[in-house]
Amino acid sequence: MSPAPGAATSPAAASVPPDKLPGLAPAWSRLVTAGGHGFHLLDNGIKDASVTLVCVHGNPTWSYSWRSVISAAPPGVRVIAVDQLEMGFSERTGTTRRLGQRVADLGTVIDALDITGPIITVGHDWGGAISLGWAVENVHRLAGVVLVNTAVHQPEGARAPLLIRMVRPFISWICVRLPLFLWGTTVLARPPLRKALRNAYFAPYRTAQRRAAIGDFVADIPLEAEHPSYDDLTAIARGLERLAEVPVLLLWGPEDPVFSDLYLRDLKARLPHADVHRFIGAGHLVVEDADIAGTIHRWVEVDPSPPTPAPGGRSPLWAALDARAADDAVAITEASYGGNRSMSFAELATAVRHVAAGMAAHGIAKGDRVALLVPPGIDLTIALYACWRRGAVVVLADAGLGPRGLTRAMASASPQYVIGIPRALAAARALRWPGERISVTTLSTLHNRTLGVATSLPALRAIGQGSPLPDPPVDDAAAAVVFTSGSTGPAKGVAYRHHQLQAQRDALMAAYGITGADRLVAAFGPFALYGPAMGITSMVPDMDVTSPGTLSATALVDAVSAIDATLVFASPAALTSIAATADALSSAAYQALKGVRMLLSAGAPVHPDVLRNARTLMPGAEAHTPYGMTEVLPVADITLEGIEAAGNGNGVCVGFPVAGVTVRISPLDRGGEASDELTDNPGVTGEILIRAPHMKETYDSLWATQQAAATPPGWHRSGDVGHFDDQGRLWVEGRMADIVTTAEGPVTPVGIEHAIESLPGIAQAAVVGVGPPGTQQSVAILRPTDPPRRPRLASVDRTDAVRAVAGVPVAAVLEVPRVPVDRRHNAKIHRGQLADWAEGALAGGRMSSP
Amino acid sequence: MRVLVTGATSLLGQTVARQLIERGTDVAVLQRGPSGLDAKEHLGDITDPAVVARAVTGADAVVHVAARVAVVGPWKDFQRINVNGTRIVLEAARAAGASRFVQVSSPSVAHSGMSLVGASAAPADPGGARGHYARSKALAEQAVLAAPDMAVLAVRPHLVWGPGDTQLIGRIVERARRGRLAVVGSGMALIDTTYIDNAADAIIAALDKAPDLSGRALVISNGEPRPVRELFDRIATAAAVESSRLKVPAAVAWLGGALAERVWNCTGRTGDPPMTSFMAEQLSTAHWFDQRETRQLLGWTPAVPLDEGFRRLTAWYQADC
Repeated sequence: MSPAPGAATSPAAASVPPDKLPGLAPAWSRLVTAGGHGFHLLDNGIKDASVTLVCVHGNPTWSYSWRSVISAAPPGVRVIAVDQLEMGFSERTGTTRRLGQRVADLGTVIDALDITGPIITVGHDWGGAISLGWAVENVHRLAGVVLVNTAVHQPEGARAPLLIRMVRPFISWICVRLPLFLWGTTVLARPPLRKALRNAYFAPYRTAQRRAAIGDFVADIPLEAEHPSYDDLTAIARGLERLAEVPVLLLWGPEDPVFSDLYLRDLKARLPHADVHRFIGAGHLVVEDADIAGTIHRWVEVDPSPPTPAPGGRSPLWAALDARAADDAVAITEASYGGNRSMSFAELATAVRHVAAGMAAHGIAKGDRVALLVPPGIDLTIALYACWRRGAVVVLADAGLGPRGLTRAMASASPQYVIGIPRALAAARALRWPGERISVTTLSTLHNRTLGVATSLPALRAIGQGSPLPDPPVDDAAAAVVFTSGSTGPAKGVAYRHHQLQAQRDALMAAYGITGADRLVAAFGPFALYGPAMGITSMVPDMDVTSPGTLSATALVDAVSAIDATLVFASPAALTSIAATADALSSAAYQALKGVRMLLSAGAPVHPDVLRNARTLMPGAEAHTPYGMTEVLPVADITLEGIEAAGNGNGVCVGFPVAGVTVRISPLDRGGEASDELTDNPGVTGEILIRAPHMKETYDSLWATQQAAATPPGWHRSGDVGHFDDQGRLWVEGRMADIVTTAEGPVTPVGIEHAIESLPGIAQAAVVGVGPPGTQQSVAILRPTDPPRRPRLASVDRTDAVRAVAGVPVAAVLEVPRVPVDRRHNAKIHRGQLADWAEGALAGGRMSSP
Repeated sequence: MRVLVTGATSLLGQTVARQLIERGTDVAVLQRGPSGLDAKEHLGDITDPAVVARAVTGADAVVHVAARVAVVGPWKDFQRINVNGTRIVLEAARAAGASRFVQVSSPSVAHSGMSLVGASAAPADPGGARGHYARSKALAEQAVLAAPDMAVLAVRPHLVWGPGDTQLIGRIVERARRGRLAVVGSGMALIDTTYIDNAADAIIAALDKAPDLSGRALVISNGEPRPVRELFDRIATAAAVESSRLKVPAAVAWLGGALAERVWNCTGRTGDPPMTSFMAEQLSTAHWFDQRETRQLLGWTPAVPLDEGFRRLTAWYQADC
């Protein structure tokens, strides 16, 4: 049942909006009579359009919210945005229009418009459900469907029904008599709307009479089966199966208090073939917050690329485990309080099979996402390989992202299950992460209840002993969503398929000559997981892997001697920390380290001194550092000797591409933009593009980001800028976003920074640009070894010294107390943040610290 | 081609005239006192139409440098010399059949006091310009660019300096010598300057290109902005005087400057006040310019980088003192 709306409505004819609303051309406005009623709509009036977008606004907005879709329309694309009856500047008929009626109204007006050619419906908020109501009945006319923060069903756990029930008794006051709902919607914009835009949203709703339908609309949200619109909405939801062959784009502002990610998940489940882009940080009014128009038009333009089939020929990730299923040799050891805990290959293989079978029995389906919030060690290894064996998709996010970053990652990946240690499960509960919770260990009933835990890994294992092992997933199946470190913007989910991870395992084995005789100590997250896949003994030393600096020399040596390790993989921070605590080592410990044949530093750029120092502890080890990123790793590799041989140059030398990886440079134009051409000519600076069998499949729920990164198709645009030298070695000169675009051409920071850091008394240097793109000035920002308390200009002598080594014009040399760096590696400089600060300081603004 | 250069006793006028002579151009000059140049010399005031008419006779082109440049003084002086004087020269040039007119203007004609960061040349705005000098130059520039029958071009060199410069270098050195050179604000504001030879080169390039660029206004600078504090230090070092250790907050400087202007204007003092509000703004906010268009249109790049300029300044002070 639905309460009657609060205010009496009286008829009023359709009219055109007032002039001079920002971004709205009066020429777009049309008054159209259809079904006996007057509609106001926006129409760019393109004749013989190749495609027509029909945009439907939600409540309490109007067609104004689609203005940018019209202004950004490419040639040949017609865009129509209709004001629904009783809404915007369309007629006030004096009646209450429910969902079914509104769908019919939309059909009437579309028929009245003589649209030739295919139609793409675009709907926001309840306009989404209405547009779908028309779409599912007119599939033959559809070229696509775009949905923006909308719903066709109230998913379980959603808070919106509660909110709606709470406001229902007050609808008249909130929506009609006072413009509170309207106001509330416009203040949801992130960043806040300019006043002129807010006024434009208010323009058709100046009086209570004109707002009557806003209340009707809220009252028409069917929450219960008796509601007059319940059956209509259910029919629309059911009708979505008719869209299986229709391209669908879901655009989402996740910071929406009503249409939360739960609704996105519901729609994804109903439209599994949909392209999805979540605009991180955007909210309900995502049409104002993000580039919805550009994304829609790009999507309309792009031909969906057919999925590339798995090349095949590689063994499953668990193949080595199966092969050693009867082997009692140690597979994995973990350091723990009561001494080391080990598990043999035979035990591990059995555990993985049982948990995989238990997962299937518990209801974890193929393709379900399972977040693993477990530190590296035996439990994580079992859970990981069991998920893969089951065909579930693991979601891996580094605890180093912090609660906020992890919350974003979980909301974005939207896992069906979370396997975690108690601390992670407590966070999952407190921060409302999605997914059914599974504890790694057996907890007390009370504990289970407090954490909202459904089952545990030991319980799944027990069920699995009596359950059949499910069929393994195909090589093409999704395998993992791994989150980037977030050191360059919000962490992105990177999706891999099984064959891509198999290729990554094989690439690592090939690049580092890993055989069954090797034993691995991995103090660096991703590598620690591949021991069983490579069929070698592995161990995670006693450390907090999310804080690589906590690894002590003693802990490393203990790990190395525990398994007689031949391979040590660690982050630069861990290696630095080892060198710093080396004095505490016994001679026996030194002996243990002599057996290490290879030392690998990964995760962040490493200074050669760190490798040199680490190698004094491991004299038999070849020191390597790979170049790569979450999206593709490894890309290239270089040894300490290689770094020394390369010497100084413009950037950091990362060596030769590893076997199977193709690297090309997309040269920069004078404005610092990468072009479409690809080259491997030496000395040409540009964006580094990579192609490899172990490259990511896609960014998860970031359709537009993936489009931009996968250009040309099949490549990964790394966002790094660099060049090849005449020997074919790759040099990284910085991030694309950090390029300084001067009038003389683009300037990349890293090489200059290294040259400056070679000067005495300078601990760290950053080079950033100030001024408008294309005519920027380079500025050097230094942290001296004896840092000042407040930012200041460097002395004339130091300024001269910096300019002498910089090799490019430097407008100013500043000294600061500290340089902002990423929390995780303590190494990547936040040049963007520094550039913003320098822009202000050098404009003569008030002085602050960066 | 005969070129009349006005204001040839100023550093800029003198350098332009000399460089034109060196390249074999037939040069006439007009200023109040002897220029010492090997050119046809006319002595007199640019506000005297008869003198100007004589000077411009036979000239194909005019480079109008002469102006009243000062930080204080009554408006009527600026109006008489910079506005009316320019109109007189302009009219005489047209009457004499000159085909090109290059007006030496100033970036301050379009500067409303905000920071200029990589700015391009906006149209002159007498209403928004700060101070009598800037307003009078804005009116003069508008008059020139609206003139018919000639190729007209305004070049706006920003803070011209070099050996012998009394306007910028002279003032800074003099204050530093008296221990009264103050850094306003943080001293980090980036300021563009123009070494004298580069400014002269650009003006001559403008003279050559005037027919193609008629009606344009182009900002000229070295394209090497520097923090204002660094500029002070380098100038003081070149002149072998102690640089500033005084720091004045921008707001204090502005207020003090505004007061000083009142006092100077009311009392009719003609010397420089220690500060004006315009100077306070100039010294505490960035102003540097996008030089891409200027360089491309003029086919000119600064031949003397700042470093070389400071070397020459140092040598000049060493030879001079």
